[in-house]
Amino acid sequence: MTHWLSKNLIRLYAVLAIFFILLPIFYTVAFSFNDAQKRNISWQGFTLTAWLNPCEPIGICEALGNSFKVGIPATILATVMGTMIAFALGRYNFRGRGTTNLLIFLPMATPEVVLGASLLSMFINIKVGSGLLPVIIAHTMFCVSFVVVTVKARVASLDPKLEEAARDLYASEWETFRRVTLPLVAPGIAAAALLSFALSFDDFIITNFNSGVVDTFPEYVWTAALRGVPPQANVIGTLMFIIALAFVFAGQVLSKRRLTK
Amino acid sequence: MALAHAEVGNKAHAPKKRAKRIAYFLLAPGLTWLLIFFAFPLINLAETSTKTPAPTFETGEFVQTFRFSNFVDAFVNNQEQFFRSFLYALIATLFALAIAYPLAYAIAFRSGPWKNLMLILVVAPFFTSFLLRTLAWKQILGAEGPVVSALQFLGILPPEATITATAFSVILGLTYNFLPFMTLPIYASLDRIDYRLLEASGDLYANGVTTFRKVTLPLSAPGVVAGTLLTFIPASGDYINAQLLGSPENYMIGNVINSRFFRVVDYPTAAALSFILMATILVLVVIYIRRLGTDELV
Repeated sequence: MTHWLSKNLIRLYAVLAIFFILLPIFYTVAFSFNDAQKRNISWQGFTLTAWLNPCEPIGICEALGNSFKVGIPATILATVMGTMIAFALGRYNFRGRGTTNLLIFLPMATPEVVLGASLLSMFINIKVGSGLLPVIIAHTMFCVSFVVVTVKARVASLDPKLEEAARDLYASEWETFRRVTLPLVAPGIAAAALLSFALSFDDFIITNFNSGVVDTFPEYVWTAALRGVPPQANVIGTLMFIIALAFVFAGQVLSKRRLTK
Repeated sequence: MALAHAEVGNKAHAPKKRAKRIAYFLLAPGLTWLLIFFAFPLINLAETSTKTPAPTFETGEFVQTFRFSNFVDAFVNNQEQFFRSFLYALIATLFALAIAYPLAYAIAFRSGPWKNLMLILVVAPFFTSFLLRTLAWKQILGAEGPVVSALQFLGILPPEATITATAFSVILGLTYNFLPFMTLPIYASLDRIDYRLLEASGDLYANGVTTFRKVTLPLSAPGVVAGTLLTFIPASGDYINAQLLGSPENYMIGNVINSRFFRVVDYPTAAALSFILMATILVLVVIYIRRLGTDELV
C-alpha cells in the first residue's frame, strides 16, 4: 500500500491540481442552471430559465455581439501580421533581428494596465477618444506577439528537407511555399488564431481603458458584478467553453487523421 | 539583454538581396503596428507623466511642465501598494510553481494515454471567462461557500470569520488565474527531455532525488524561467483579483493606476506609476535572467 502510494504520489498530486483548475469552471457551469434571479451566489434549485432566455438581462447579448465585433477583426489582423513576422524570423537573415525580437517580446512583458493606460492617453492626446475601433487596434497589438511566438515554433520545427525535395522536383519558390510550407505550418497558424480570439474575447483590462461607453462581454460581467451577475452570464460563459473545447477536439482529430494517412 | 539566438536561414538559395527584401516586406506591417500602437503610446505616456494640471483647473486638462518630481510623489504616496503588488505576485508565483511543476512532470512522464486530455484540462480555464472564474472563486470562498462551511464544521475557522476580502483570497486568485502560464512552459521543457538521460542517470547509480536534482531540474530550467516570468509579470500589474477577492486593504498598484485614470482623472500620476511599475519589473526580470544565465526569451 505505501509502495503504491509513493509510486503514484505524483499522479495523485496531478489529479488534485487538475481538480483545483476545474473547480471554478464547474461552478460557472453549474450556476447557469441556478434558479436565482439576480444575486446568483448560493444554490437555489435547478432551472432551465436562463438557458431558455439567454438575452433577457438588458445589454448582455449586445455586449456579447461587441466582443465578436472586436475579436474577429483583431484575430484576422493579428494572425496575418504575426504569421508574416514569424516567417521572416524563421526563414530569413536580416539586420535588426534583435530589435524585432525585443519589439515582439516587450508587449508580452508589459502589464496590461500599462498597455491600456498608454493607449488611452495616446488616443486622448490625438483626439481619437474611445470606442470599439481603439479596442480592435489594442487587441490586434497584443495578439501579434502571441501569434509570432506560436507560429515561429512551428516554422522552426519544419524539416527543411521537405522543401528541398519540392525544389528538387522543380517546384517554383511560390509553389513550394503554397503546396508544402503553408500546409505544414497551417496547424500552428490555426492554433495562433484560436489563441488570439480567446485572448481578445476574454480581455478586460485593456478593453476597459479604451472602450468608453460601449461594453464588451467581460465589461458587462464586471459591471454586473457590482449588483449581482445574472445566471445568463454563466450560460454564455458555458457556451463559449463548449465551443472552444469542440474546436480543440476537432483539431486533435484532424491532426491524428493526418498522421495516419 | 540578448534575445533569442539568430536562427540561420539556411533556405537562402535566392539571391541575398532579394531575400532581404522579402524579409522586410514580411516584417513591415506587424512591426509598424507595434511601433504605432505599442512604442509610440509608451512615449506618449512618458510625456504625460511629467505634466501638471492646467492653470484653468479643468478636469482632464494638463500642461507639460517637465515636473519630474511627479515620479517621486507617485512612488512615495503609493509605496505600500507597490510593495504589496510585488509581494503578492512573488508569493503567487511560488505557489503556482509548487502546483505546476509536479503537475507538468506528471503530464510529461507519468500520464500515458491521458497526456493530451490532461493538457486540454490545464488550458481549460482559458476557454471560460477570466472574470466569471474569479467570481466563481468568490462564491467558493464566500461565507455561504463550501470551504468556509467545512472549515467551520471542523472548528478550524471561528463561526463569524470569512476568507474573502483577505490577502489569502487575493493570492489564491492570482495563483489560480496564472497557473496555465506556469504549467505550459514547464511542461514544454520537460517534454523535450530525452527520457534515456534519466534512465542513464539511474544506471549510474543515482537515486531518484539525485537524478531529479542533477538532470531533470537543470534541463527544465528554461521552462521554469519562462513560466515564472509569465506569472510574475501579469500578476504584479493585476487589479481584478484584488478588486473582486480582496478589500481596499489588499489593493495593488494596478488598482491605484486604474482609479487615478478613471476616478480621479489624474493622468500624470497614473502615467508615472505605470512607468515605475514597468521599470521595476524590467530590472527584476534582467537580474533574474542574468542570475540564471538564460538568454532565450522569445
